[in-house]
Amino acid sequence: MAELTLNAVGKTYSGGVKAVSGVDIQISDGEFIVLVGPSGCGKSTLLRMVAGLETVTDGEIHIGSRLVNQLDPAERDIAMVFQNYALYPHMTVRDNMAYGLKNRRTPKAEIETRVAEAARMLELGQYLDRKPRALSGGQRQRVAMGRAIVRQPAAFLFDEPLSNLDAKLRVSMRMEIRKLQQRLGTTSLYVTHDQLEAMTLADRLVVLNGGRVEQIGAPLEVYRKPASTFVAAFIGSPAMSLLDATVEGGRLMLEGHVLAEVDHKAGPVTLGLRAEDLRLVARGGVPMRVEYIEELGAHRVVHGMVGDQSLAVVDQGAEAPGDLIHIAADPARLHLFDAATGQRIDVRSRVGEFAR
Amino acid sequence: MTDTPLSAQGPTAPSFLHRLRDWWSGETANPVKRVQFGHGLTPWLFVLPQLAVVVIFFYWPSAQAVTSSFYIEDPFGFGSTFVGMENYADALGSKEYLSTAWFTAFFCVVVTALALGIGLLLAVKADKVIRGAESYKTLLISVYAIAPPVAGLIGMMFFDMHMGPFTRLFAFFGHELRVGVDYWDTTIALITISVWKQIPYNFIFFLSGLQSVPVSVREAALIDARSGWRRFKDVTLPLLAPTAFFLLIINITYTMFDTFPIIDVIVKDKPANNPMTLVYKVYLDGFKGNDIGGSSAQSVILMVVVAALTVLQFRFLERRVHYG
Ligand SMILES: Nc1ncnc2c1ncn2[C@@H]1O[C@H](COP(=O)(O)OP(=O)(O)OP(=O)(O)O)[C@@H](O)[C@H]1O
Ligand SMILES: [Mg+2]
Repeated sequence: MAELTLNAVGKTYSGGVKAVSGVDIQISDGEFIVLVGPSGCGKSTLLRMVAGLETVTDGEIHIGSRLVNQLDPAERDIAMVFQNYALYPHMTVRDNMAYGLKNRRTPKAEIETRVAEAARMLELGQYLDRKPRALSGGQRQRVAMGRAIVRQPAAFLFDEPLSNLDAKLRVSMRMEIRKLQQRLGTTSLYVTHDQLEAMTLADRLVVLNGGRVEQIGAPLEVYRKPASTFVAAFIGSPAMSLLDATVEGGRLMLEGHVLAEVDHKAGPVTLGLRAEDLRLVARGGVPMRVEYIEELGAHRVVHGMVGDQSLAVVDQGAEAPGDLIHIAADPARLHLFDAATGQRIDVRSRVGEFAR
Repeated sequence: MTDTPLSAQGPTAPSFLHRLRDWWSGETANPVKRVQFGHGLTPWLFVLPQLAVVVIFFYWPSAQAVTSSFYIEDPFGFGSTFVGMENYADALGSKEYLSTAWFTAFFCVVVTALALGIGLLLAVKADKVIRGAESYKTLLISVYAIAPPVAGLIGMMFFDMHMGPFTRLFAFFGHELRVGVDYWDTTIALITISVWKQIPYNFIFFLSGLQSVPVSVREAALIDARSGWRRFKDVTLPLLAPTAFFLLIINITYTMFDTFPIIDVIVKDKPANNPMTLVYKVYLDGFKGNDIGGSSAQSVILMVVVAALTVLQFRFLERRVHYG
């Protein structure tokens, strides 16, 4: 168990592709960090640099107190769980788990104890003598976890370990992983492009965009105060609606309706509205033309147009496409972003309700 | 609920005639397996040319060889005398035959081991360089595509008694290389050329075998084991085993049979006491020595040995091979 420190870490692939640049992350002992971002944003590259599977072209990576930039993967005291599990097909489940320990000259008895313990935790006892091809996807996934656990490493590295499983199994394995990590208290770095997985697993989220860190923070913090339009659109489901609005004389205007009074200089801004923060009002509010409805059982997501901009609202009602509804929101839940840079603008809105 | 009455009796067993008709029309118990042939005899029609080739060029000559191995043929082809097992006894009792057999075994082991070993070594080295680089791979494979027919000839030129560079190289170290005259010199030449000719073939199969080992499995091994040799021994090699097993059989067949032209060029029209394989001896005794009966007996023995070898390989080796 150890801390993990990334200092201005960058990666330029041969050929000049800059996959990661200037990443600073301080991970404390036992923390569960999730790297999240869209495809191609450099999550895997960053993780693989920590693992030693990719050279570090810029910056420094420390595991514990050791600078590991130049160390072989086997010397870094990390264990990795791969997306396709990467089990050794010719070895039994037992040998798959024991192999890393054997190579580290762990005493036989110790190996047996650890494998038995991991098998018990992961309920793999009855499969120990099977080869991976005779296991289901979920079981293989657990073997891959077991292979990491028995090593008792300084850090676990996960590269989308659940994305080959079906939706239901994914949810239950997600919980398993979280529980296991809390029990073992091992520092973990977890890569996913699934924001829901990221939200539910993480102590802290690292949102990556184009190889740069967009925001680091606890899931709720990132959800409540997204640092940019990129994070705002990426975290939360349904995605936050981003609309063009303007500030005129201290008032926030959307499609000609006054939304709130804000302390901000006049000019265009990007307004972020979460579907779950909006509600329907009988009178007043902003008129929205209903376009289509996502029925989710517990609630429904109503998609519609305000002027020519699209917006989503979570609701329990019975409106139908074509209806005109009126919506309002708590001004404290409005998000404003710089129209040019997309960076968050922290302003206090002064008036308590939507347009009247 | 529907009120469809259930059938009172179970399905009756189809009559013999029915089954015959079904068989004739290719109807089987499992309709999925019927594929697209409507007629039971149609598939046989398609297989016929291939069967004919096998029968005419393999079974028939084999049967002929077995028959004539029991006869001594008049050298001028005027008749033959039944002699029972005498040809076999002659062959197995002859010192010359036994020494050829030993040489063949030796040659087979050495050439196979070297061709496989060097092929694997080159493949491992190349794999490190060209992982993913298609152009390199194509380049190396195209070399193989050009090489084999030319390789034998070039090799023979290398060992030429008067102008071959190998002859000069050996001369430089004070050894007069007399290929085709000295038994061991000829052996060296045969082994070198045979190995050299087979390396590209093994190289390509090993390379593609290596490249089909999943990247993530190698990476997992990279985390689990520090020593490259251990990773190779514990992970890569077992995953290469099916390829290696296939190549082992191919290489043994190659050294026993396909080295014939190499031996032919090197020992043809040379004084006696040159090393040769059993196959070459069959040819020599049969066509040069006109001893059809004896040579037939030899080829039958060879057939039995090869069959036994193949069975052994599949029984004992294949079981230990992992098919992913
Ligand atoms: N070996 C390589 N050579 C050159 N560029 C690469 C290489 N590997 C990855 N890249 C590039 O680096 C960027 C980041 O890749 P990376 O695999 O880290 O993305 P990712 O965030 O893991 O995406 P995904 O969610 O699809 O797995 C991509 O633009 C990719 O094209
Ligand atoms: Mg990835």
